[in-house]
Amino acid sequence: MIDAVGLQKVYRLKKRQVTALNGVDLHVRSGEIYGVVGQSGAGKSTLLRSVNLLERPDHGTVEVDGEQLTSLHGSGLRAARRRIGMVHQHFALLSSRTVAGNVAFPLEVSGVGRAQRNAKVGELLELVGLGDKAKAYPSQLSGGQKQRVGIARALASDPKVLLSDEATSALDPETTESILSLLRRLRDELGLTILLITHEMDVIKRICDSAAIMADGEFLESGRVLDLIGTPGSLLARSLFPLPDNGGPDTVVVTYPRSFDQPFMSELTRRFDVDVNILGGGVEEVAGHSVGRLSVDLLGSRRNEAIDYLTQQGLLVEEAGQ
Amino acid sequence: MTNPADLLLLASTADANPIVDFVREWPAMWPELWLSTQDTIYMVWWATVFSVLFGLPLGVLLVTTDRGGLTPAPAVRAVLSTIVNIGRSLPFIVLMVAVLALTRLLVGTTLGPTAAIVPLSIGAIPFFARLVETSLREVDRGVIEAAHAMGTRKTTIVGKVMLPEAMAGLIAGLVMTVVTLISYSAMAGAIGGGGLGDLAIREGYQRFNDQYLWATVILLVIIVQVVQSLGDLVVRRLSRR
Repeated sequence: MIDAVGLQKVYRLKKRQVTALNGVDLHVRSGEIYGVVGQSGAGKSTLLRSVNLLERPDHGTVEVDGEQLTSLHGSGLRAARRRIGMVHQHFALLSSRTVAGNVAFPLEVSGVGRAQRNAKVGELLELVGLGDKAKAYPSQLSGGQKQRVGIARALASDPKVLLSDEATSALDPETTESILSLLRRLRDELGLTILLITHEMDVIKRICDSAAIMADGEFLESGRVLDLIGTPGSLLARSLFPLPDNGGPDTVVVTYPRSFDQPFMSELTRRFDVDVNILGGGVEEVAGHSVGRLSVDLLGSRRNEAIDYLTQQGLLVEEAGQ
Repeated sequence: MTNPADLLLLASTADANPIVDFVREWPAMWPELWLSTQDTIYMVWWATVFSVLFGLPLGVLLVTTDRGGLTPAPAVRAVLSTIVNIGRSLPFIVLMVAVLALTRLLVGTTLGPTAAIVPLSIGAIPFFARLVETSLREVDRGVIEAAHAMGTRKTTIVGKVMLPEAMAGLIAGLVMTVVTLISYSAMAGAIGGGGLGDLAIREGYQRFNDQYLWATVILLVIIVQVVQSLGDLVVRRLSRR
């Protein structure tokens, strides 16, 4: 749905230049939620804004839903942008308009008549759970409600693609949770493709099917979140599942998709003659799938062979001692 | 036992109480005061209309042509800004004299309230333009970017995003402009512009008639109060931040 190839963007400041994008390739499949995570200054905001050309890349092409955006200008580009919704970190609502007026704005811009507009606005506000707030002004709403208005506005022109620029970064954890589940629900109900950027690993864990980790204008790693768990040495997998801090020097944490059903613990003891002492375990929800995590102490002379074996089996193995 | 009326008479004949004197003189002064008030309102009204007509677009251009604006054009902005600065740096009394030739060209005379509208407008346009510029700069850049992301034309962004979002500040700027125009209009009296300032100078200063001086001061204060209060009311209703 979104295909960006070879994106390059350099900002020239007074004395130095900053490379915001250094040859980024981004491919987002239709109907998927794709998260780009990274520190501030990593270039993820520039990447997101390149997708609807708020920022025109110096090199590279952007294609959204089969349409090459980088070759568009003027009215063609404006029309293409109307087919891409965008949600902003600080909501970016018009303070002079009511909730309904804000949601109606993109419809006014694309010349939809008043009666049709009103009907659509009512529908959208119901969809995001703000049916009773149509006449309120943004200043009368909580952060979570403002972001719901922002989402309703982004959906007004029936886009296939939604871009989310740190949509939950200004919200408290509880509200973040409700906005994320709203995004997920909208993806399921409307078949949206969502590209989001965030600096919170938790957001990736909660709703993203695929993810990329970005630093210094480049993707360090990208792929489906579940696949990354089974990729040896995956940086993203390690960031998603930080080690619990109750382990000793021999502790190993094994993370595996629930679909994985092999009796690997008993196999370890048999094949490598190690002792396995289970410290704790649990199940986490990642991208709508259950992922198991097990903390064990591995003891024995062939410990390292045992760890290599687990890694080869497609499990994420993290050693506390390292 | 003294009759209060006698007391009043005594006071007035002795010319001891200026306030009583002033109140007694008021009806005689009123017709002329009222005519001058109308002249002042007439001048200020039209000068306000022209200030908005030219100052608003000028203020919008100062913002949109700036670096990072909707249509960056540093050269255009530098020229506009210089023009505005020249207008702002001239003391009004000098500006009035400086544009006399233009006034004669446009109105046919340099005397009277209609002629005064020309320097008043020229003085207020750059003033209002700067105030417009300041309030438009207050508009959240994120909202403008969001409008771009929604595929909005630049003219629509000005009309439907920037101006409505800045409306409270624009009205506050307009009120400030009107109040400034009222004080400028009194200055216009110095070169025969008509209005309350003219009356104060003719009657009060040149003929030493203090009653007229006070009366014009009172009327000017009332007019400014009314304008400011109405303006504040509108601004308060528009403020939704």
